[in-house]
Amino acid sequence: MQNWINAFSWLNVRFLLMGLWVTIYISVISVILSFIFGSILGIIRYSKIKYVSQVVGFVIDIIRNIPLLLIIFFTYFGLPNFGLRPETIPAAIIAMTVFESSMIAEIVRSGIQSVSVGQMEGARSTGMSFVQALWHVVLPQAYKNMVPAIISQFVSLIKDTSLATIIVVPEMMQHAQVIYGQNANYILPMFAALAVLYFVVCFTLSIIGNVIGKHLS
Amino acid sequence: MINIFAKFSSQLLVGLGWTVLSSIIALFFSLIIGTIFAIMEVLPSKVMRVIGHAYVEIMRNIPLLVITMFFYLVIPMYVVKINGFTAGTIGLTLYTSAFIAETIRSGIQSVSNGQMEGARSTGMTYWQAMRYIILPQAFKIVIPPLGNQFVNLVKNSSVLAFVAGFDLMYQANSIASTTFDTINSYLVVGVLYLIVTLPISYYMRHLEKKLG
Repeated sequence: MQNWINAFSWLNVRFLLMGLWVTIYISVISVILSFIFGSILGIIRYSKIKYVSQVVGFVIDIIRNIPLLLIIFFTYFGLPNFGLRPETIPAAIIAMTVFESSMIAEIVRSGIQSVSVGQMEGARSTGMSFVQALWHVVLPQAYKNMVPAIISQFVSLIKDTSLATIIVVPEMMQHAQVIYGQNANYILPMFAALAVLYFVVCFTLSIIGNVIGKHLS
Repeated sequence: MINIFAKFSSQLLVGLGWTVLSSIIALFFSLIIGTIFAIMEVLPSKVMRVIGHAYVEIMRNIPLLVITMFFYLVIPMYVVKINGFTAGTIGLTLYTSAFIAETIRSGIQSVSNGQMEGARSTGMTYWQAMRYIILPQAFKIVIPPLGNQFVNLVKNSSVLAFVAGFDLMYQANSIASTTFDTINSYLVVGVLYLIVTLPISYYMRHLEKKLG
């Protein structure tokens, strides 16, 4: 019991919460960037532009099929060979964005495809260009369908930031490791804290996603 | 890249072997556990539904790394000594079982109610109807998403690198730190992962199109 009280001293709790803040910071920035890049890539893949869409599609498939951990290593240890030397937090954001953009691109593509073909044809027949029809008619409907999938992707992004601990990003998992590194008796309390904190953040978001999903449909 | 592969091929293939082995073991057990919890989630008993749902939500909303490190660090301290590979595979199994449970539950729920009612009216018990009528149809629907779960499993097995599981990712780090050729070491390993995951992904996409 004394171990638990010592493990959760104010200093340690504050340190853990600072880690949680970095976790959320990395996740939010990455999800915003991924949303932008993912949308562009998804639309390109959907648009069937000769060669371009195929190449984009293939790159997306490759990124979706390798472990995020590999992308994190590649960003942090590989980029310096090309003269780029990102700090740990930017490296984590780059890696997460590369990975999540591909995930979101697939969501966007299948979201657009789920809007009936008649919508596009109807819009085009009123004289709209392809881009206008996409922007004003198809995309608003597609994004409405995508909200739950994107939120669940956001939840997995938050969980995945824990992997960034391997390049010593000062996020929650890393901070927990620093705390239990001082005293082995803190290991169990720290894992309990990690489980609870991640669960609360992710589960709350999942519920919000479900509510929005039900509300929209 | 070719040089690295030529020089370290045996080490890399051993890593690939551990990665695939861990993924297959985890798939096998997470299918069993996932099916059990999926059935619990659709049972008439409210208590069972709550337990099934709680398990799925807890496992889905905690990072795989936290679950894996828990088995690597905490279980040996208080319960039983296990090595990194075992700890990693247990973590993978529990984490994946929650996603598989969700997939199978939605498969079961997509089988029409009439199937269960029809089976019951022929005199089958609830369990017989579940076993012989509902589950076979549900599994057919969920083959593509289960295949995608297996791809995720292979990718996620890279957490074994955190717990000295000797998998592909672990070997990549070891090769990168001995040769200092980080780019090519990670590229080779990336290609090896793709050799396993990409064909499954493409086949599942083909199946999805065929079924839907």
